[in-house]
Amino acid sequence: MATTSAPTGAAQELAKRRQTPAQRVQHVLHSYPAVSPAVILVLAVVVFTALNPNFAQPNALSLLVQQTAVVAALAIGQTLIILTAGIDLSVGAITILATMLSATLASENGLPGILCLLVGVLVGVGAGALNGLLVTRVNLPPFIVTLGTLSIFTAIALLYSGGQSIQDDELPGLLNWTGEAIRPFGPGSFYITTGVLVVALLYVVVGFALSQSAWGRHVYAVGDDPEGSRLAGIQVKRVLLSVYAAAGLIYGITAWVLIGRAGAASPNAITDANLASITAVVIGGTSLFGGRGGVLGTLLGALIVQSFASGLSLAGVDDQFRVLAIGVLVIVAVSVDQWIRKVKA
Amino acid sequence: MTKFRHRGPAAVLACVAAVATVAACGGNDAGGSGGGGGGGDQVAVSLITKDSTNPFFVAMQEGARAEAEKDGVDLTIGAGKEDGDEQGQVQLIENAIAGGQKGIIITPNGPGVNSAIEKARDAGLYVIALDTPPDPADTVDITFATDNFKAGELIGQWTKGQLAGKPATIALLDLFNDKVVSVDYNRDQGFLTGMGIDTKDKQKNGDEAATGNYDGGTYTIVCNEPTGGAEDGGRTAMENCLTKNPGINVVYTINEPAATGAYNALKAAGSTGALIVSVDGGCDGVKEVTDGVIGATSQQYPLKMAELGVKAIADYAADGTEPTTSPGLDFYDTGVALVTDQPVDGVESITSADASKICWG
Repeated sequence: MATTSAPTGAAQELAKRRQTPAQRVQHVLHSYPAVSPAVILVLAVVVFTALNPNFAQPNALSLLVQQTAVVAALAIGQTLIILTAGIDLSVGAITILATMLSATLASENGLPGILCLLVGVLVGVGAGALNGLLVTRVNLPPFIVTLGTLSIFTAIALLYSGGQSIQDDELPGLLNWTGEAIRPFGPGSFYITTGVLVVALLYVVVGFALSQSAWGRHVYAVGDDPEGSRLAGIQVKRVLLSVYAAAGLIYGITAWVLIGRAGAASPNAITDANLASITAVVIGGTSLFGGRGGVLGTLLGALIVQSFASGLSLAGVDDQFRVLAIGVLVIVAVSVDQWIRKVKA
Repeated sequence: MTKFRHRGPAAVLACVAAVATVAACGGNDAGGSGGGGGGGDQVAVSLITKDSTNPFFVAMQEGARAEAEKDGVDLTIGAGKEDGDEQGQVQLIENAIAGGQKGIIITPNGPGVNSAIEKARDAGLYVIALDTPPDPADTVDITFATDNFKAGELIGQWTKGQLAGKPATIALLDLFNDKVVSVDYNRDQGFLTGMGIDTKDKQKNGDEAATGNYDGGTYTIVCNEPTGGAEDGGRTAMENCLTKNPGINVVYTINEPAATGAYNALKAAGSTGALIVSVDGGCDGVKEVTDGVIGATSQQYPLKMAELGVKAIADYAADGTEPTTSPGLDFYDTGVALVTDQPVDGVESITSADASKICWG
């Protein structure tokens, strides 16, 4: 990893020259997991623009970003957990729980917006931490834990809200602030929403924490080799707990973005969030076996999925071809990951 | 409206903590016995809805409870885990047969429940479908439902009147595009028929000509997009349609949550003045008519469906009288009313103020 001395650098340079082209590709993919999703995204944009030039209009592209925002935000949390070789099936359930709790507190109990928002975010953290505790203290596999909490959180959200949507006129302005449009070039032009900015900020913060902080290095180390990490003095359980709580925090904030996007708090929103977030992470090049990948790839993965949906819709192609193509991409992405690991070993 | 809405989080958590009691949280006031043997000479009836959370079905449960109390019926309430959960409904039907009940009122989740319904009828139970007729319709003794085609037709006629000959650029925001559901095509095709557009196959969304003449002017259909019947799906669908054609001035939506999403997409795009029409008549939707978000909606009456269902079985058990279908239909029409504050000549409607008194949810 560290190339501090000159001889090692030279030796590496020599080794590089002896590589076959396949090995060179593999080396690049290993060093930069975001490369393959970036290539696929560029190809998708080119193809869909050729099929319907409307796809590349600034307005359509800005809508693409907005349509991606919620899943892209959830996929940040999912990325963190998958980096530790875990999986989170309760993504959507935690988000809906936070959504319905904060909205119901506002509409039924008349609490001020900032308080409702705070409760929503804290509920997200609490739910994530509960997952983390069950994983680290009770030693249950993440799949089982989140399969269980998926049902539990969904049931609580539905019981609490009575299964009803809460319209935005019953909500304080702050709760649907994330739906407000920003038009940098005046009225009628392309626009983004404040919710998109919130998601972008989440990406910057988490991306920075993962790549620049000791915590980030620990997350990768724990995902790559938990036993080795423990021997190296990393508090593995504490890192895992922090990852689940951080994911919950992100879901809580995403709930806020979702309210603005839907224009209401709806228990029936984002029904496919779990699989959508996992899909974005996997296509984005983060390894399901932990320790490799990052949020940049995930962002690209989420954009790929949405550009297939919008692009094929614009081209007038049956939506099932999107489902088919995404399925193929998932298999290809995981195959590439396996190949990288194999050649390296 | 549902009880839990007003309880504190602590109560909910306590309830959920006792894991097995989630059903009890839902409402175990099923006439006391909870669906046991239908003891004595009291008539025992099961109400089985698609799920227990959709306000539409919650309204049905309320209607059934009220009527059961009036008629002295021992009512058991059950539901599938989610829309489409056929297996859960089959078990509830089998429970009703095993419990020696007199009848079943069901909103079937799909054809997978048909054979269980036939088993129930063979065992002498009277079976009434609510809201969605099974396919084939004679699987049950009778269906009490909204005429969804008519519901669509009414908003189509209203739209036609509002346009008064102007060119129509139409977005069709449907329920699904990967499943064929009768509610979905009946409303969509009813709407187009109400506009005076030839729909070709009435059981197929999207096979009509993309451009042509409606009754009064020219039309262009921009898109048939799925919404899943929820706000976020409605918004995404409307955004996709606007990308195809920003000049949309007529938006048909499968239900009111989808209409909310579509409205938000239009608002964000700075597009105003499009006519949004919908179907359901829930209290939130009626309020959106008042607020001018939705131009017109067709109101259905789930409470009435359930009341009629319970009463029909009580009557049948008492003296064998059977309900009959509405003339010209293969089901009993529980009625539909057009709700709008901008009435159109020749299309009967009620105001949103009146509709809010009889809305559900």
